[in-house]
Amino acid sequence: MDRAAIAEHIPRLRRYARALAGDSHRADDLVQDTLERALTKFHLWRHGSDLRAWMFSIMHNVFINQLKSRRELALDEVTEAALESAPQSDPLQLRDLDAALRRLPAEQREVLLLVGLEQLSYAEASQALNVPVGTVMSRLSRGRERLRDLMSAAPAAANLKIVK
Amino acid sequence: MSTISETDLHAYADGQLDEARRLRVQAHLAHDAEAAENVRVWSAQNQALRALYNPILNEPVPQRLLAARAQKSRWPYYALAAGAMGLSFGLGWMGRAYQADRMVDMAALPHRAAIAYAVYAPEVRHPVEVGAEQQDHLVKWLSKRLGHELKVPLLTQQGFDLVGGRLLPGGKGPVAQFMYQDSRGQRITLYVSRRDAEPQDTAFRFSQEDKVAVFYWIDGKLGYALSAEMDRARLLTVATVVYRQLNP
Repeated sequence: MDRAAIAEHIPRLRRYARALAGDSHRADDLVQDTLERALTKFHLWRHGSDLRAWMFSIMHNVFINQLKSRRELALDEVTEAALESAPQSDPLQLRDLDAALRRLPAEQREVLLLVGLEQLSYAEASQALNVPVGTVMSRLSRGRERLRDLMSAAPAAANLKIVK
Repeated sequence: MSTISETDLHAYADGQLDEARRLRVQAHLAHDAEAAENVRVWSAQNQALRALYNPILNEPVPQRLLAARAQKSRWPYYALAAGAMGLSFGLGWMGRAYQADRMVDMAALPHRAAIAYAVYAPEVRHPVEVGAEQQDHLVKWLSKRLGHELKVPLLTQQGFDLVGGRLLPGGKGPVAQFMYQDSRGQRITLYVSRRDAEPQDTAFRFSQEDKVAVFYWIDGKLGYALSAEMDRARLLTVATVVYRQLNP
């Protein structure tokens, strides 16, 4: 029963982590850290009814801590630079989407994925990220606009390295 | 007619509007080409994200994730509990094992509750001693016998009406059992026992007792166990409602 319960959540956590973190090894590290922390904090779970949203909130905290340690939070300026030098060309391609996501600021990427991929309600996303719903909406709005720009510029932008 | 905000447009693209609002936004999009284009792009982004990442759902889960464990450093009871009991991993596992001493206190609760369910839930003529029509009397009587004020959750929104309740012998004194039933005859029982030990609170724990699923928890001086022959997810929904009503 326990095995089944946790197994229910792992595939979706992995999907979200892959989209969030990019490479699969790093994504599974993120899932593993999340599971371990969830197990440690399980006695706190009753404060929220939805186990899934709670797991996403733990993953958010783990992810943010990892970002801080890697100093990757401020991607905005780099992204702008990449966009300026990128010619507008080629139609939207699925494989460029992953590359474009890497070029979104982490906070926008999180909202975009929780809402668009995981289909959380805005209230659930707000809970998972521990920010007001208004902040969720503004990040969603900016994230979508930026993704739109990035996708139209994707082929060139994909070749640019992000400077750490 | 209220104006359509950008939030409405996002909510439309994300399928998060109720039907009335959705229709209003739809009507608005018919004569706002820019908004319609935005919505189209956002929906396409959502679809592209799912198309790209959904295949991960079908990948086999790596073994190391299935073996994930609570962090030892923050959890001194972990090694003791895991070693002594040889339990499997998992959230439910953690819920049960996170403090070995509490387990002793709680272990009997779901078992007793499941037995009480199995005995009385199939009962056609006398499922309860006191019926829901005498709810006030029922609550006063059981509160008096348990020596603690009891509350009866209302589960009509979940489709369950109170049938009534009865007094049962527990491990260390009387316990109360409230019974609910939906329109198809599916029954749920809430088993409430008074504890002698120090007041404490615990998380929901789950136990599958043969065919009976049980969510149980301790809240101060009372132990609660919600039992039914239904799947875990559905019972959890009800348990959450019960918990919230008992802790407004």
